[in-house]
Amino acid sequence: MLKSLRSQLTTIWTILQHSFSRCETVQYPEQKPYLAPRYRGRIVLTTDPDGDERCVACNLCAVACPVDCIALQQGTREDGRWYPEFFRINFSRCIMCGMCEEACPTNAIQLTPDFEMCEYDRQNMVYEKEHLQIDGPGKYHDYNFYRVSGLAIKGKDKGEAQNEAQPIDVKSLLP
Amino acid sequence: MPVITIDNQEYSVKEGDNLLQACLGLGLDLPYFCWHPDMGSIGACRQCAVVQYQNTEDYRAGSRGRIVMGCMTQVTDGAIFSLNGDKASEFRKTIVESLMLNHPHDCPVCAEGGECHLQDMTVMTGHRDRHYRGKKNTHRNQYLGPLIHHEMNRCITCYRCTRYYNNYAGGKDLAAMAAHDHVYFGRHQEGVLESEFAGNLVEVCPTGVFTDKSLVNDYSRKWDLQSAPSVCTHCAVGCNTLPGERYGKLKRVHNRYNDEVNGYFLCDRGRFGAKFVNSDKRINNPGLRDEHGRYNIIDPHQALHQLVEACQGDNNIAAIGSPRASVEANFLLKTLAGEQHYSPGFNAQEQSLAQLALSLQQHSAATIPSIKDIECADAIFILGEDLTHSAPRIALALRQSVRNKAYALAAELKLQPWQDAAVRNLAQDQRSPLFVAAVTDTRLDDIAEQCHHLAPDDIARLGYAVAEQISGKANASDEPANTIAQALLSAQRPLIIAGSSCGNAAIMQAAAAIADALALRKNENAGNSMLCLTLPEANSLGQAMLSPNEAPSIEALAERAYKIDTLIVLENDLFRRAPAAVVDKLLQSVTTLIVLDSLETPTLATSQLALPAASVAESEGTIVSLEGRAQRYFPVSECQGERRASWAWLLACLKELGHPEAANIHRFDDITLACSAAQPMLKGITLAAPDHFYRNAGVKIPRQPQRYSGRTAMRANVSVHEPKQTEDDETALAYTMEGLNRHQPGSLLPFVWSPGWNSNQSLHKFQTETGGPLKGGTAGKRLLDNRQNNNNQQKNSQQAVATTAPAAFQASAGQWLLVPRQRIFGSDELSSYSDNLAELLSDASIEINSADASLLQVKNGDGLSLGENLACLRVVINNTIPQGCAAYSVGIAGTFNLTLGQRVSLQKASDWQRPKQADVIASDGGAHV
Ligand code: SF4
Ligand code: SF4
Ligand code: SF4
Ligand code: SF4
Ligand code: FES
Repeated sequence: MLKSLRSQLTTIWTILQHSFSRCETVQYPEQKPYLAPRYRGRIVLTTDPDGDERCVACNLCAVACPVDCIALQQGTREDGRWYPEFFRINFSRCIMCGMCEEACPTNAIQLTPDFEMCEYDRQNMVYEKEHLQIDGPGKYHDYNFYRVSGLAIKGKDKGEAQNEAQPIDVKSLLP
Repeated sequence: MPVITIDNQEYSVKEGDNLLQACLGLGLDLPYFCWHPDMGSIGACRQCAVVQYQNTEDYRAGSRGRIVMGCMTQVTDGAIFSLNGDKASEFRKTIVESLMLNHPHDCPVCAEGGECHLQDMTVMTGHRDRHYRGKKNTHRNQYLGPLIHHEMNRCITCYRCTRYYNNYAGGKDLAAMAAHDHVYFGRHQEGVLESEFAGNLVEVCPTGVFTDKSLVNDYSRKWDLQSAPSVCTHCAVGCNTLPGERYGKLKRVHNRYNDEVNGYFLCDRGRFGAKFVNSDKRINNPGLRDEHGRYNIIDPHQALHQLVEACQGDNNIAAIGSPRASVEANFLLKTLAGEQHYSPGFNAQEQSLAQLALSLQQHSAATIPSIKDIECADAIFILGEDLTHSAPRIALALRQSVRNKAYALAAELKLQPWQDAAVRNLAQDQRSPLFVAAVTDTRLDDIAEQCHHLAPDDIARLGYAVAEQISGKANASDEPANTIAQALLSAQRPLIIAGSSCGNAAIMQAAAAIADALALRKNENAGNSMLCLTLPEANSLGQAMLSPNEAPSIEALAERAYKIDTLIVLENDLFRRAPAAVVDKLLQSVTTLIVLDSLETPTLATSQLALPAASVAESEGTIVSLEGRAQRYFPVSECQGERRASWAWLLACLKELGHPEAANIHRFDDITLACSAAQPMLKGITLAAPDHFYRNAGVKIPRQPQRYSGRTAMRANVSVHEPKQTEDDETALAYTMEGLNRHQPGSLLPFVWSPGWNSNQSLHKFQTETGGPLKGGTAGKRLLDNRQNNNNQQKNSQQAVATTAPAAFQASAGQWLLVPRQRIFGSDELSSYSDNLAELLSDASIEINSADASLLQVKNGDGLSLGENLACLRVVINNTIPQGCAAYSVGIAGTFNLTLGQRVSLQKASDWQRPKQADVIASDGGAHV
């Protein structure tokens, strides 16, 4: 009897305390919550520090995606770079898990702290490359895949990538 | 069987195998690079290291044992190994690390990624971090032609490429160059790789050095390719293929292992020519010609209605089938038109040769060899064929057959055949005898003991002379017949190859005469002789089986006096088969021409009604290869546009007509069944592959790998509401990734993949033993299998074999005999529509020897006009051509008015423009690829 009375009173007391604590409800959308840079929201495709498209169409994000909502087709540009001819994310399927970002070897695909993507028409949730591509490196400012990779592209010949020696002269007998 | 111990577990393994083979066969994962099941071991990469112990005490005592290479160690009874012990694993890990020292950071932009043996082995050994801090070596790439892409930085110097290209395929222009860590694999200078089998480098190289160029420029990962078991339709050998599709496009063709046919390798015509299915000459919609002669697109119902109307009532129908269409489609067409009005689609010459090949093979006392049997031959005589261009995969097999001498020498020293370097060193240039008698030089001349360049009739005469030598009827001093006969007689498994290339029946008969003579004279302990007869097209033999001898040829139809109301042509370009005059005559007597084809051929362009047919990549069908193997191909993807399989159009038409034969036919399998019931020779075709009822563990076989990506986004641009996956009611395969790709019959293998083995090296998981048949059995059903009943020699009635040789060839003044020059790229119709090969196709030419050339006063590159305006071709002077013969490029535009074996007059063309020499294209040059 006493025990249950005590329980009742504790409960009332706890609730009463809440009357003096800070209010958690925010006046969204007038008031925006703080979202950390690593919050997983709307996905973008970024550019490298030189301002060129980062995505090399390797398909790793697509295969990592647990709901298979990324589809793209690789193409080779005049200057030797691989790029996505089209790049499509079906956001009506995306679960914002961030696996694509984890998988991306070029830091191209990134999730951003923007979750306001509601649409009246589901079809509008299908984003093509022009909707995804932003003009900037996103969270990772320095990484440039082609500076590391061995593939020669215009402006970066064989031997000019990080940690690469000059191309070998096959005809030389020197050690 | 020796019993060996691996990591405390006893296994019994096959005598003579090496440990690597044995481990893979047992399902144990042992990393390797340089070993290849068909090329043996050289111990170059050091990746397959294991620890071997002296004896049990040694093992128990925790001794260090010694590191040996699995691929170089023969299994012996009682041997003790440790595969997963620390020492072995540590060693293998450091090996991968050292192989990766210079490896570029390329996986995301590497066309090998996701099916890279190097990736697999790196993960398998557990290597992760590069400890070496020095700079990475780099290399310049080379331009190797339009088919193969070169990215030399990725090389791990396993030497597989040069071993394949030079030692296995007989190429001369790829080599390992420079020394130590500068080794470079390429050509001495940029240029198109010469070998007709260069495409296999894509699969042989365990890294991304050699990749498929057209795939690199329109890339999809292996895990994203939808694929199905298919069969190459570009020659009669019937190699098994795995075409891969994505976004409605055929992306690439890989080899599908069949131990009796193509083994691990394809030719470049098959690998790169199949891209014709992406050609912009494909037709998507039915078209009806209006009164102004224009085509209008009509919907499929209208089209079917038109087709039915044209076949109705007392309309006089005739039909022309095709040796490049499936047995099923041809069977329905034959049913629709009736036997007398159905032509199998050959010209008169092709038809008689196809029928002859069939009857010679049926009645021969010799064995009809599979490609694997051909590889076992130890003396070979080729009559009248340039196999590299007429049946390419056989030429590659023959390069292995001539090595049987080396294996025999090795066996004397108790050397195992997989000791590749040792066996080659031992044999040096000694080869099993190969004799070539052909009208021109051939690509196999370099391994031949003797080459004879003769006119077709003289080839046949030589053949008969050899046959007489063998049966002891002739004078032993008759050379070269005697030498050839002796070589064949002393062989254990002699092989005679001939075919229809020269358009000469006597050659095939002579070949059969030799094979029969050998079969009758064979010594006690030797195997039977083998007779291989090649034919031009994928289903040539099937068409010969389906139609009787007296079925009308295209010429015979043209000769028919009466009017044909409706002529239906199935997947056949008549203008390629018969001179334009004949075809025009035929078409003039036709009121309505209906053409069913996948490509816009000149024949289709003259039709009143054009029906779009599915290509081999979008439909199912059975075709019969030159060895009489019925093989089934399956659709890789759904039909695009309004295309439908030819059989589907024809079946719908038969149904509409209420044809009694069609009453019980509801689907593809029923056609196969009806055809096998109607035509005893084709009885076995139902066994080519399981029917649509087949289920593996209760479900259909998936066409998509487990990691197939993008399913919910691929079609989202059209509609975000995903459609249900297409059902495939006709086959045991499904357009899905759910299901089991294991344990099913070999004919239903849609891709190879196994956990940890993403590359095509995973194949060993599907084989009973390395290099052995698939676990589900070898694909295809032999319809002419006489391999078992050969002891019963008496069954041979030699009726088909004419026993008298033709008269010797006489050059006649002013008239030249037309002989063939086949080309791997161009002579086949379908592959010449492939964008991939466009750069490699050359214009038609005519080859004569220099004596004839000076007679005609022409030089290389001049023009020659043939006969009465039959053709005008570029001259190539080639002194291997016998005087009085002229070799023209068969199957290439500009030569369709010519017939093999015809005699024509030649004249220097006056208004001839020398074709411009194509610029030699060179790339790399540094800046970019
Ligand atoms: S966040 Fe997850 S669900 Fe969304 S696209 Fe990336 S991987 Fe796919
Ligand atoms: S993982 Fe990155 S680089 Fe690769 S396709 Fe996706 S976004 Fe592009
Ligand atoms: S060869 Fe293999 S490991 Fe090397 S870059 Fe290509 S995919 Fe990666
Ligand atoms: S190019 Fe490929 S096959 Fe040749 S040695 Fe290098 S890794 Fe091996
Ligand atoms: S596979 Fe054994 S050493 Fe290369």
